Amino acid sequence: MQIFTNMLSLALKENKRFKKKLAIIVVGKIFDLFLPRLFIKFIYMTVKKDRVVEIEDAVVRFAGDSGDGMQLTGSLFSDSTAFAGNDFATFPDYPSEIRAPQGTVSGVSGFQIHFGHKDIHTTGDLADVLVAMNPASLKANLQWMKKDAIIIVNSDEFTVKNLEKADFDANPLEDNSLAGHLMVLGPLSTLTKEAVKDLDMDSKSALKSKNMFALGIIYYLFNRDYTKTFSFFETKFKKNPLIVKANKRVLEAGYNYAETLEIFTNTYRIEKAKLSKGHYRNVTGNLATAWGLLAASERSGRKIYLGSYPITPATDILQELAKHKQFTCITQQAEDEIAGVVSTIGGSFAGALAVTTTSGPGLSLKSEAIGLAIMTELPMVIVDVQRGGPSTGLPTKTEQSDLMQALFGRNGDAPCIVMAATSPSDAFYAAYEAAKLAMEHMTPVILLTDGSIGNGSEVFKIPKVANLPDINPPIVKADDPDYKPYKRDPETLARQWAIAGTPGLRHRLGGLEKEDITGNVSQDPLNHQKMTDLRQAKVDKVADYIPELEIVGDTRGDMLVVGWGSTYGVLLTAVEDMWEEGKSIGMAQFKHIMPLPKNVHEIFSGFKKIIVCENNMGQFANYLRMTHPEFKYEQYNKVQGLPFMVSELKTKFDALLNE
Amino acid sequence: MEQKIEPQELQLAKQDFKSDQMVKWCPGCGDHAILRSVENVFPLVGQQMGYKKEDFVVVSGIGCSSRFPYYMNTYGIHGIHGRAAALAMGIKLTNPKLSVWMISGDGDSMAIGGNHLIHIARRNPDINYLMFNNEIYGLTKGQYSPTTPKGQKTKTSPQGTFETPFNPGELVIGARGKFFARVVDTNPKLMQKVFLEAALHHGTSIVEILQNCIIFNNKIHALITGRETKDENQLILEAGKPMIFGKERNKGIVLEGTRLKAVVIGENGVTEDDILVHDPTTEDAGIHMMLASMAPPKLPAALGVIRSVKAETLEDAVWNSVEHEKEVSPYKNVDDLLNNGNTWEIE
Repeated sequence: MQIFTNMLSLALKENKRFKKKLAIIVVGKIFDLFLPRLFIKFIYMTVKKDRVVEIEDAVVRFAGDSGDGMQLTGSLFSDSTAFAGNDFATFPDYPSEIRAPQGTVSGVSGFQIHFGHKDIHTTGDLADVLVAMNPASLKANLQWMKKDAIIIVNSDEFTVKNLEKADFDANPLEDNSLAGHLMVLGPLSTLTKEAVKDLDMDSKSALKSKNMFALGIIYYLFNRDYTKTFSFFETKFKKNPLIVKANKRVLEAGYNYAETLEIFTNTYRIEKAKLSKGHYRNVTGNLATAWGLLAASERSGRKIYLGSYPITPATDILQELAKHKQFTCITQQAEDEIAGVVSTIGGSFAGALAVTTTSGPGLSLKSEAIGLAIMTELPMVIVDVQRGGPSTGLPTKTEQSDLMQALFGRNGDAPCIVMAATSPSDAFYAAYEAAKLAMEHMTPVILLTDGSIGNGSEVFKIPKVANLPDINPPIVKADDPDYKPYKRDPETLARQWAIAGTPGLRHRLGGLEKEDITGNVSQDPLNHQKMTDLRQAKVDKVADYIPELEIVGDTRGDMLVVGWGSTYGVLLTAVEDMWEEGKSIGMAQFKHIMPLPKNVHEIFSGFKKIIVCENNMGQFANYLRMTHPEFKYEQYNKVQGLPFMVSELKTKFDALLNE
Repeated sequence: MEQKIEPQELQLAKQDFKSDQMVKWCPGCGDHAILRSVENVFPLVGQQMGYKKEDFVVVSGIGCSSRFPYYMNTYGIHGIHGRAAALAMGIKLTNPKLSVWMISGDGDSMAIGGNHLIHIARRNPDINYLMFNNEIYGLTKGQYSPTTPKGQKTKTSPQGTFETPFNPGELVIGARGKFFARVVDTNPKLMQKVFLEAALHHGTSIVEILQNCIIFNNKIHALITGRETKDENQLILEAGKPMIFGKERNKGIVLEGTRLKAVVIGENGVTEDDILVHDPTTEDAGIHMMLASMAPPKLPAALGVIRSVKAETLEDAVWNSVEHEKEVSPYKNVDDLLNNGNTWEIE
């Protein structure tokens, strides 16, 4: 058998199978009738034995030990999905420990991708396919599998010791507990070593490629081309040709293994997605945030000053911006969260598009400084990539529970703009708009994203920077005789931006209350009232400069589903499904929270019931009760460190509609 | 190090930096003298370094001394407690052409702002950091600070403090700071000279000012600053000159074993040649650390520039990197970046 496999893979290497594959399927079937199987295989390497089934969409989950390279495997599969022309969304699910004890459930790292030929708005509820590299990853992920899911396991790892580490009482591969699933039990480690045995690699190095064996199997299952992945190896491991060779060899071996052993009765094909004409790429929310800020810098002509401190899951933004000094993007990894944000205020005073990036605990530390930026009315963008809280909470898991902190988490009456990105690709536009609003309205803007957006990825239609809206900060010209530090634009109520170093505009700012117009220190009671009113009015005025709330589905009806930020995709999918089923349902997703869009009352008025869904205990619902008390709000809240699932939303909505 | 100053050539004058705001420090507070010295120095800094009046930025944290920016007619920010160093860094990194001055007190810089002090010292942006040390919290009316001597009774230490105080110089040098000087608020001439040297030093220049709080810690530095006692208790350092002090200029500092020691010239065979000569520019911080640690009554307090070592500044390193990246980066604009990597076309 082994000899046969080796010969086969050798023969396959010479073969340009992909171009011909489909055409030959039919031929293969005919030959199949009257030629012995092995013979066909040998002669027609391009013949695909299995039936190719067209499907709408699929969810695949890769899971393994933290060190097994599952994130890379997932991202390579995403790239090939993009190349296949599907729409997709991905979500990594990894532990907060870098290397938790090997083989334990707490050390499992996962990556889920949902892809299809229709618009994909979610990373998928339950998965159709699981790759489990060890018992612990099977244990951790079984709950997220469909009942009839395909489960590919590395059977080499199902040893007594590993089963114990994963807290299995009995070997699940033997006790019939996985009945219903299509199980593929492959000795992936053994096969990987076998595939590279003539490459002069030690066993440990060889085994590093075993994730590529699994990827090869999945490529076969979804009829994928691996040439792009090969070029990736060539670039990524340029300095180590042996690794390139090993990875190629193992990926191919995985593919051939699936084909040769006919482990699947069907393979699957998903039609290209009907995406609008244009240039596309894959992007995570954190990258999109960084790029949106860079675009805003370019369009406004303001260099970026970023003062940040590393914190999960926001660090990627700092890391990405640190790469782009060529755009005069100054990044400073500060000694702490406070120095990060305070240096940002300095950057703003000196004329930069000032940015700080953080997650919940960091936002807590930045509160006082955001108050200073509100008092000094200097523009800055604070990106909060939310995670499970309180305290250190769930660093790598997603949650929307910093909303109240963003809105009100400061001493004094300290309003600033609060907005939220609705998806990984929307993070680009949200970051751009946050920068635009901050600079044009001279105020801090808190942009809320979260772990699911930051680390999640999706297909992104690449915009042209020149087509983005203009950004016109109210910068004062040198020696303007009428300049007064707290004189305001009558339309926006924004004061002007007099950049340090400009002749004729010397002035002092600070945290002490400012006198209206002059900006001198003032303790006057009526002045404080006036300035407090003005600070709020300035932020309220922003409602004139943001888009109105949009509604999806019915504009009047039985139930309006309300969400904000990252829940957009999953709410949309659930609502669209139900709307197509004929339910009287609409949906409104908030991107602007302080201030709210102007037409909230109008939209809410059209519905008998309103349900607010969010990954916290009801913070936005309570905010709406405060701002629009004329409506009654039902709530659906989930705080499990995970996004909503379409199925659970639909169940909840159905129940509410039937009440 | 000695700077030749020619006042008649100045284009800027003290008046250019005087604010129209009422100065609200207590009468007799040491801060007034410091403010006057800074007003006098800015024109010299402008002249010698080419700064125009709009190029000066004064930032501060919170505390009595931190009201300082309001009393200067420059660009300024009165920040939040302890964080002025971060403000200063953000300004300097964004626009290295500005002359950035930072005002802080002992609590602001070493208690709540201690973290920022050590990090600015090691990062070395070109900022002039004036640290007003009165060894007490003044604005909150008399609590002990990180420099209050151990055992001193204050409102929050009615039995005397239980804590070992910081020595700012040790802290700065220990944090690999490149410039540290010490002055007293009673010596305007020395203040102006040292402030100017701080400005001329390319890097973070931290100047500790022994400042008197007339209300809550009056005469705390009296031994060093008092008319009767100062000559025996202060050593004014000058680069290249022997460390001689005393009313009769007959005392000096020698290195005995691994320790500094005060000696009398002419006694026990000690001659002027035995006295240490001050070299603020040496990288090795050993003697500088010992000088910063000297304190009466055993040894005189060292005043003047204790350490002044050349090193690359943070903003130079960052901006050189910006210029380099502009040359070598494959991305000429953000469109290039967005379209780089794995992309595909949908027709």
